[in-house]
Amino acid sequence: MTPTHSQAIPRKAARGFLRKYVFSTDHQIIGKQYYFLALFSALVAMLLSWLMRVHLAWPRLAIPGLGELSAAGAPNGMMTPEYYLSLLTMHGTLMIFFVLTTAPQSGFGNCFLPAQIGADEMAFPRLNMLSFWLTFTSLGALLSSFWARGGPATSGWTAYPPLSGLGSITGPGEGWGQSLWIISIALFCVGSLLGALNFITTTLDLRARGMTLMRMPLTAWAWFVTAILMLLSFAVLLAACVLLMLDRAAGTSFFIPAGLIVSGQMIQGHQGGSPLLWEHLFWFFGHPEVYIAILPAMGLTSHLLSCFARKPVFGYRAMVWATIAIGFLGFLVWGHHMFVSGMNPYSAFAFSVLTVVIAVPSAVKTFNWLGTLWGGRLRLTTAMLFALGFVSIFVSGGLSGIFLAEPPVDVQLHATYFVVAHFHLVMGMAAMFGIFSGTYFWFPKMFGRMMNETLGKIHFILTFIGAYCVFMPMYFLGMAGNVRRYAQFVDPYLQPLMPLHRFITVAALGLGAAQMIFVFNLFGSLFGGEKAGENPWEATTLEWVAASAGKDLVVYRGAYEYAVPGKEKDYVMQNAPDASGSRAEKGARDGNAN
Amino acid sequence: MATQTKLSVLEETRGGDGDGGNWGEGSRGRFGWDPGAALPVGLTGIWIAMASITMFFAAFTSAMVVRAGLGADWTRVALPHILYLNTAILLASSLTLELSKHCLKAGRAGQFSGWLFATAGLGIAFLAGQLDAWRELAARGVYLARNPACSFFYLLTAAHGIHLAGGLLALFYLVARHRRIAEGAIGGTALKVTTLYWHFMDILWLYLFLMLILWV
Ligand code: HEM
Ligand SMILES: [Cu+2]
Repeated sequence: MTPTHSQAIPRKAARGFLRKYVFSTDHQIIGKQYYFLALFSALVAMLLSWLMRVHLAWPRLAIPGLGELSAAGAPNGMMTPEYYLSLLTMHGTLMIFFVLTTAPQSGFGNCFLPAQIGADEMAFPRLNMLSFWLTFTSLGALLSSFWARGGPATSGWTAYPPLSGLGSITGPGEGWGQSLWIISIALFCVGSLLGALNFITTTLDLRARGMTLMRMPLTAWAWFVTAILMLLSFAVLLAACVLLMLDRAAGTSFFIPAGLIVSGQMIQGHQGGSPLLWEHLFWFFGHPEVYIAILPAMGLTSHLLSCFARKPVFGYRAMVWATIAIGFLGFLVWGHHMFVSGMNPYSAFAFSVLTVVIAVPSAVKTFNWLGTLWGGRLRLTTAMLFALGFVSIFVSGGLSGIFLAEPPVDVQLHATYFVVAHFHLVMGMAAMFGIFSGTYFWFPKMFGRMMNETLGKIHFILTFIGAYCVFMPMYFLGMAGNVRRYAQFVDPYLQPLMPLHRFITVAALGLGAAQMIFVFNLFGSLFGGEKAGENPWEATTLEWVAASAGKDLVVYRGAYEYAVPGKEKDYVMQNAPDASGSRAEKGARDGNAN
Repeated sequence: MATQTKLSVLEETRGGDGDGGNWGEGSRGRFGWDPGAALPVGLTGIWIAMASITMFFAAFTSAMVVRAGLGADWTRVALPHILYLNTAILLASSLTLELSKHCLKAGRAGQFSGWLFATAGLGIAFLAGQLDAWRELAARGVYLARNPACSFFYLLTAAHGIHLAGGLLALFYLVARHRRIAEGAIGGTALKVTTLYWHFMDILWLYLFLMLILWV
């Protein structure tokens, strides 16, 4: 087939608004749809966190408006403990699934994976559209539980049975709310599986000529490995959701043991099941999931540090292998979430060792980031600041993981605010920083305009300080024995900690308010931002190649050729031919072989 | 050469560009099913899908092994004999599908279609047989929630059945277009993808059946 032949096939103009922007199969539109879905979820989830924090700090304060949302959950604006758990569950579920899994992977990945590897679409565009609409429906099912009888589920994002398996006898949100939660997550699983299928196939089959695997930008590598993790782990979560639903709706006993007494009532009709079985299935998904949330941000950080330090990534190959190692090891450590479940001490030991081992590739990445920065000519754009912030926050959160990985220490710290601090920093905030840096960096490509840098920097400073103020003190709370997932801290031993709780709440309100600057900047720039040039950051990768270069790109070099000696500019784009041409030939051959 | 390869792939993926009309059309159609494509993305895709489906069933069966080891309430169920017949039918269907493919290669269009129809027929027969196994159990009073062993029996057969029904849909797609496929106009990759998936369903069933024999 000749290129002329391919040009002869007309690209049918999308008919009408619906096809173009709503039921679109265009990867860029779908990417933006995912991005805005995540943005919306993040705002809702943040609002919920405000409600929780205010209640924790001032348990006797009536919250205006809350009574209108749920008369039963918050009579006169005073939330019940059960309703607190509903808010907690919705916050965690929205953040983990609909923000951290959605924006960095499905959002940015859809927009830029094809562009970065020189393909002009995803492998299966219609499947891609289906993935998005499944995710959208899933979000709808989840949010609808706010208006369902009894309110949203109360069992947290981990949905442990027996609480989650018995129906409304275990609490108001455990009737319809929990069922909707399971349906929502099952739909989310299917959407994610189809998405992952698309990402992997696209990466394997549609790379441009010369784009060998080892020339791919680290962002593309991260999306690729993340997709593999999704493909294998969401399948297991889907299976677990089916089992849980059957326990609830069909009277089976996969997870429900005999002889439970709930609210003074003996549970009949179940016997022999094991909540531990759920925990194993859940965490077999759950640990890879935390890397699904963070790997794209890691890839992006590598990408940005190189671009804005004007230096090649330090140890590109080591970065790739560290990504792969994290992906692989991530499947072997789930038991570290279950140290207090009464597991055999020998298996606890094995899980502990493997968990410490996974810190090695994480450390490799961190050192390589520092190596990339070393001696660089830093350009402190907002995107760069957030990438630097990512490194800081990731380390502050990651180090505590080593403590938690020791079973004797974890017995003390499990289910305290120490864990809350750990995962909010290492996953929550770090991935949010990734989303922010990605937004500031790619906005010009996504929307053709620049974001306001001054507002961006104010946003960064407030977010950076805010994140530390909210989450670092939680380490101390945890060490002081402050339990997690409590609606109020009324025990006497917790009273000395209340001032710290109030400090955290104030900081959280401030941190949330600072995000309004971001939202303002985002929408303001969307319509009024300065027009962006083709390659405003002087980056090297293919998404920044001018549209005029045509579709069939040829790649001649790796992704991070900054400050190459002897070149007139301080960066060389991946599709810039070599003078000699010999390397290009070789690259093209390699590209074929891969 | 490489550029051309890539272009032909992109071309077929471009089919899904928003016209809505090609949900099941062969050439340059969905899922990259294009006989002319040098790099059929559909084939890559199906391998990846199979990896995911494998994880799905690995989760179920490992749950079964764990659950069986938990307590005294695991009462074994006598498996309906029809399952052996069903297994034979499914194995036969893989064979007929191979024969069909072989005849297509050899240019024997009539036989190609014949074997293809036979495969779809056997697939339907298998599903009907599985339903009959359920009916038999139900007649014995063995329902989903009776004990964990039968819960897993229903679970695994249903989950396999649903996945197999997907394969059956793909077969129907081929059957509906058997003439044009025989002419070589369309569907080369579709046939390959379906065959691969169908054999996978076969092997998956053998694995599940073995697990059922051993545990349920
Ligand atoms: C240095 C590597 C890490 C180690 C050694 C580590 C270790 C641990 C351990 C042992 C726990 C269980 C604590 C408990 O529940 O008692 C835990 C919880 C958690 N970790 Fe990590 N971790 C590491 C990195 C990460 C990363 C990179 C993320 C996310 C991107 C993450 C996210 C989480 C989450 C979400 C939880 C809590 C889940 C929950 O109970 O809701 N961790 N970590
Ligand atoms: Cu973990």
